[in-house]
Amino acid sequence: MDRLLLVLSTFCFLFGFAYTMYALGARVYRNSRMNLIAIGLGFLCQTAFLYLRGEVLGRCPLTNHFEVLTFLSWSMVLFYLLIGPAYRLSLLGFFTSPLVFLIQIFALLMPWDTPSQVRSAPNGWLELHAAISVVAYGAFALAGVAGVMYLAQERQLKTHHLKSIFYHLPPIRDLATANTRLVIVGLTLLTIGLGAGFAMGNVGAHAAKIAWSSAVWLLYAFLAGAEVWRRITPRRAALLSVGAFALVLLTLSGLTFIAQKGGL
Amino acid sequence: MEIVCLGLSHHTAPIEVRERFAIPDGELPGVAAELSRVSGLGEAVIVSTCNRVEFYVAAEDAEHGLAAVRDFMAARGHAPEGEAFFRHTSPRAIRHLFRVVSGLDSMVIGETEILGQVKKAYAAASGGGATSRHLNKLFQRAFNVAKEVRTKTAITRGAVSVGSAAVELAERIFGRLSECHVMILGAGETSEMTAGALKARGVKTIFVANRSYDRAVALATAMQGRAIHFEDWSRDFHDVDILIGSTAAPHHVLTKEKLAPMMHSRPDRPLFCIDLAVPRDFDPAVNDLDGVYLYDIDSLQRIAADSLAVRRQELVICEEMIERHVTEFSEWLAAGTRGPNVDFRLHPEGVKP
Repeated sequence: MDRLLLVLSTFCFLFGFAYTMYALGARVYRNSRMNLIAIGLGFLCQTAFLYLRGEVLGRCPLTNHFEVLTFLSWSMVLFYLLIGPAYRLSLLGFFTSPLVFLIQIFALLMPWDTPSQVRSAPNGWLELHAAISVVAYGAFALAGVAGVMYLAQERQLKTHHLKSIFYHLPPIRDLATANTRLVIVGLTLLTIGLGAGFAMGNVGAHAAKIAWSSAVWLLYAFLAGAEVWRRITPRRAALLSVGAFALVLLTLSGLTFIAQKGGL
Repeated sequence: MEIVCLGLSHHTAPIEVRERFAIPDGELPGVAAELSRVSGLGEAVIVSTCNRVEFYVAAEDAEHGLAAVRDFMAARGHAPEGEAFFRHTSPRAIRHLFRVVSGLDSMVIGETEILGQVKKAYAAASGGGATSRHLNKLFQRAFNVAKEVRTKTAITRGAVSVGSAAVELAERIFGRLSECHVMILGAGETSEMTAGALKARGVKTIFVANRSYDRAVALATAMQGRAIHFEDWSRDFHDVDILIGSTAAPHHVLTKEKLAPMMHSRPDRPLFCIDLAVPRDFDPAVNDLDGVYLYDIDSLQRIAADSLAVRRQELVICEEMIERHVTEFSEWLAAGTRGPNVDFRLHPEGVKP
């Protein structure tokens, strides 16, 4: 039942993306309410899935790779719904939907939804650490999405080849600002998550996770510092935020496999 | 009942002719009311802009309606004779109005100013008591058609002049222009027009640098900007977001080597370079620098031409949309004349019959 909700949510994101793609191609795209509705429905299904899974597990549903990816997708959509209307970043949903769709379809198709081998007792600090860290990755993912949008718009401006999408993408300065803010929000959350990780004690038992989280923290601290103190151009910041998130996504798989063996 | 339109536009008459027939805004309500009181008419709206003067009337008989308008104009001292005038009866008159408000009949296809002008003309006539059931319905439907055409097609998309293309690009880079600083190098006519378009969008400051300082002062005064000596332009460059080149210099005023260190001191701040000079003022290689977006006169003209081409492609879709509304309105008009029991309130526009 709970997986069915996730399948439904995955199709909502696919529909939102496909509809916007059609509207752009047919040159009838306006501020797409349809895309927002599709993403909103997808978010509700995701939330319902995570709630049901949490009820079954009796803890935050971050016990295997499948759940981590789903929680990450949920965090991305949460940030989209929070900052999309506030920053008025047109097409942010259009760029977010396919990433969420791909992560979820990947999670659904791979045989990763297996119970964790180690069933440790629920630990508040550990769950806080894991949940806040994944939410932070959601913010980093949105920073990467804003980076992709920046690079797409920048390329058109540089090459003078203005396609239909050019007229709907936000100004590059707004995208650069959104990128910086999302990196800072993500870094702040990750700092809290790491703090919770250290607070749970027994750091040695989770050395791999703590080391990995610390490496990600350092990477984004460098990026945030460079952006805030204006040491890099917005283009490099966009490239770095895309690359950093791709790296996080790839290494996250390895980490969660380790975590699955040792439990979160 | 018939809808009749008699008028002239930029398609049929030069400005020397159009200006003779133009009616000042202040006189529109009175003249429309006067025309509506002509025997056999009952309703009238007059659209008078710099590009067109058009009389719309509702008449029991089309020929009588046209003759009545012609006589009315003759009585005002300007008989509508010659090929400059077009005469439309339903359904062509209906189609013509729908095309006009949608911007399809405009000099620049898809421009939206005409919609506001027709709305004002209708409000003037309506306020003067010159409209009733038929023209109320016709104009309300026309405004709905214009909205539909604008929102469901790309007829208004893109910039179709060098100035508006520059403004559109600036907005795609900076968003709101109210915090942007503009610098003009060389006070030429094209740079003045482009800066004027940016000024109209609310840019914060305009610096003008020209080899002749007096000319710089004159343009800066006109633009409410600040004149600077040409030799000193790089000193004020740090705050500049949009740089317009329009000098008569035979060589590049700005090279990549000169700009690179200046951009290094402001890595987070994009620079939009508009090169309107021939020979060009800015070395094309500056476009390779991070955060620098260079457009010369050719690229701006190409963008304007592409936008116009897109608008032309959309014409077919717009005409189809309009045709559907013309048919519906014509049916309504015909039904209305067949008997007094037609319930016009059923129509979605909600105009009182």
